[in-house]
Amino acid sequence: MTGMPFDLQLLNACAALLLLLSFAMLSQRRIVSLVNLLALQGALLFVATLLLAWRTGQNHLYLSAALTLALKVILLPWLLHRMIRRLEVYWDTETMLNPASTMLAGVVTVVFAFGLAQPIAALANTAMRNAIGIAVAVILLAFITMITRRKAMSQVVGFLSMENGLFFGAMSATYGMPMIVELGVALDVLVAMLVLGVFFFQIREQFDSLDLHHLESLREDR
Amino acid sequence: MEFAVLLLAPLMGAIVLGFYGARRWAPEANVGFSLGTFLAACVLTARVLREGNVIAANEQFFIDPFNVFLVVLTAFVGFTTAVFSRPYMRIETEHGRIGRGRLRLYHSMYQLFMATMLVALTTNNLGLLWVAMEAATLSTVLLVTLYRTPASLEAGWKYFILCGVGIAQALFGTILLYFAAERVLGAHGVDALLWTHLVAVKTELEPRVLSIAFVFLLVGYGTKVGLAPLHNWLPDAHAEGPTPISAVLSGLLLNVAIYAVIRCKVLVEGSLQSQLPSDMLMGFGLLSVVLAAFFLWRQRDIKRLFAYSSIEHMGIVTFAFGMGGAVATFAALLHMTVHSLTKSAIFFAVGHAAQKAGSQRIEDIRGLITLNPTIGWGLMIGTLAILGLPPFGVFASEFLILTTAMRQQPWATPILLLALGVAFAAIFSRVQSMVFGETTARRLPHQPALLPVFAHLAIVLVLGLYIPPYLADWYRAAARLIGGG
Repeated sequence: MTGMPFDLQLLNACAALLLLLSFAMLSQRRIVSLVNLLALQGALLFVATLLLAWRTGQNHLYLSAALTLALKVILLPWLLHRMIRRLEVYWDTETMLNPASTMLAGVVTVVFAFGLAQPIAALANTAMRNAIGIAVAVILLAFITMITRRKAMSQVVGFLSMENGLFFGAMSATYGMPMIVELGVALDVLVAMLVLGVFFFQIREQFDSLDLHHLESLREDR
Repeated sequence: MEFAVLLLAPLMGAIVLGFYGARRWAPEANVGFSLGTFLAACVLTARVLREGNVIAANEQFFIDPFNVFLVVLTAFVGFTTAVFSRPYMRIETEHGRIGRGRLRLYHSMYQLFMATMLVALTTNNLGLLWVAMEAATLSTVLLVTLYRTPASLEAGWKYFILCGVGIAQALFGTILLYFAAERVLGAHGVDALLWTHLVAVKTELEPRVLSIAFVFLLVGYGTKVGLAPLHNWLPDAHAEGPTPISAVLSGLLLNVAIYAVIRCKVLVEGSLQSQLPSDMLMGFGLLSVVLAAFFLWRQRDIKRLFAYSSIEHMGIVTFAFGMGGAVATFAALLHMTVHSLTKSAIFFAVGHAAQKAGSQRIEDIRGLITLNPTIGWGLMIGTLAILGLPPFGVFASEFLILTTAMRQQPWATPILLLALGVAFAAIFSRVQSMVFGETTARRLPHQPALLPVFAHLAIVLVLGLYIPPYLADWYRAAARLIGGG
């Protein structure tokens, strides 16, 4: 690591922590903590975007950083915590896989992600091209989080974590998408959360629970 | 100007109906806004016919031969569905299935859904295309769960999560595309995601990145097309939502999703100079056709039955686009048009039939022809049309696709023929028992709107007998654009 400027080291540290957080989310069963981890991921994204903006001097990155702070660190976690309190869902039930196999699957996924990102990273000329592999890994780990969980709330957190990974990927490969697209994506995520809020209360009203095993009656033989 | 009206009419509709969507005149207002959209689409088409391609709003929106007919089709089916939904939703309200608040939600979201699809079709920016596709999902999730039954909540959840995850893959694909484009079009160019710019430099885009991007884009948008094995959300969402929504999901949203796939395919194919994108489309298409045909046999719910038929037809279209070449692409575009018209007509007829029988189960619906011959015949003729019987338009497009397949991909022809035969037997036997036989139906409190059914079927019939030259020119121009020679 000799000769690497300090801010770049900091950026890489952010990337590494992001990956670590994804693993933490994979094993966390307390939903409140899961949301906190998500907020922490958002905070790391905010720091990384800010550092990148400072380093490259691109003004639109400051705007993305502000958007990240407002949406991913403050608004979404707040909305999720509110929903958790009002719906009183604090714990996820047993995951589909036991924790050890989930972790193992996670490790294999990370190796695969770096393999997939290799040709892309080789072509990138951004400061943090090495982080592209991490971004792909975060996306895929979030995907595993989603498929191994039974509670609707944890699946949503996985979904948002996947969005974080996508954002980080765009950041490390191309310094973010054009502003109009980024604004559109942020709007979509926000609307998705609001729709989900309504939707959760509907599920709750109907089943008295947010456990997804109630939602398994639609089979082919109906 | 026409552009502004086209996109703002449904948006205004969404806002106005968001406030007044439960008033007595709301269904008429819904029709009115849809009519406005359709008229704007017609004027826009006339302008395109006169002046050629149109680019608007700082190059963010554009119209070329490929999307112009889809815009007209979307606006037209949106309008006829609004006409159908007027008595349909009134009957639903009177049967006590939905209250005033939900009616407001329904009308507002219906218009918003139309707006998102039109944005997706007309935008030049592949990033905005993604945003609009996701917005289309979000605006329909609460419509799928409109009845709040356990089954509809499950369908809505599946729809949200599967399409959400799918579309997230497409976002990654879009990021990779932007990444490749930036290297050619210059860093931080705002135009690096504009399709018109990308297509000009498609041969210079980095092939390795684009092949990875295409996998993500195909899986992402393919989920929304309902390509097997990513089709799980589709039958549930079609069966559990209100019927007008089934009609627009099946007739319009799937087309828009396939449009997104093809736009991406043009770029990737230009860069790769290889068969990979075509092979992937053919593979997914063929798998969908076969899987859907066999799943048709297990359906007991009439709307699920036709949802699987939509998967089958989307598979045929995808396969045809995958084959490429002037004739196959022409046929695929024609098939998109006639499928959309026929399938929405069928859903209109099925909707009223289910209301009459008080159930969507096939075994509960009997003898439609005795009590209401128009619904009965509408369903029967629609079914024959969608099954590809001559002289309807579906026959023409399927015939073209099959004959091209015989020349270009002979191995696929028997598989396609077998699947079409299986689907024919499955659907025909079920619909026949619904239309004929002892009746179990009841009277409806409002006169059903069956004009849209026959209007659609008449157009499909005309398209089967004679394609007007300007329409054929469009299709050919679009086929050239997509790279079909």
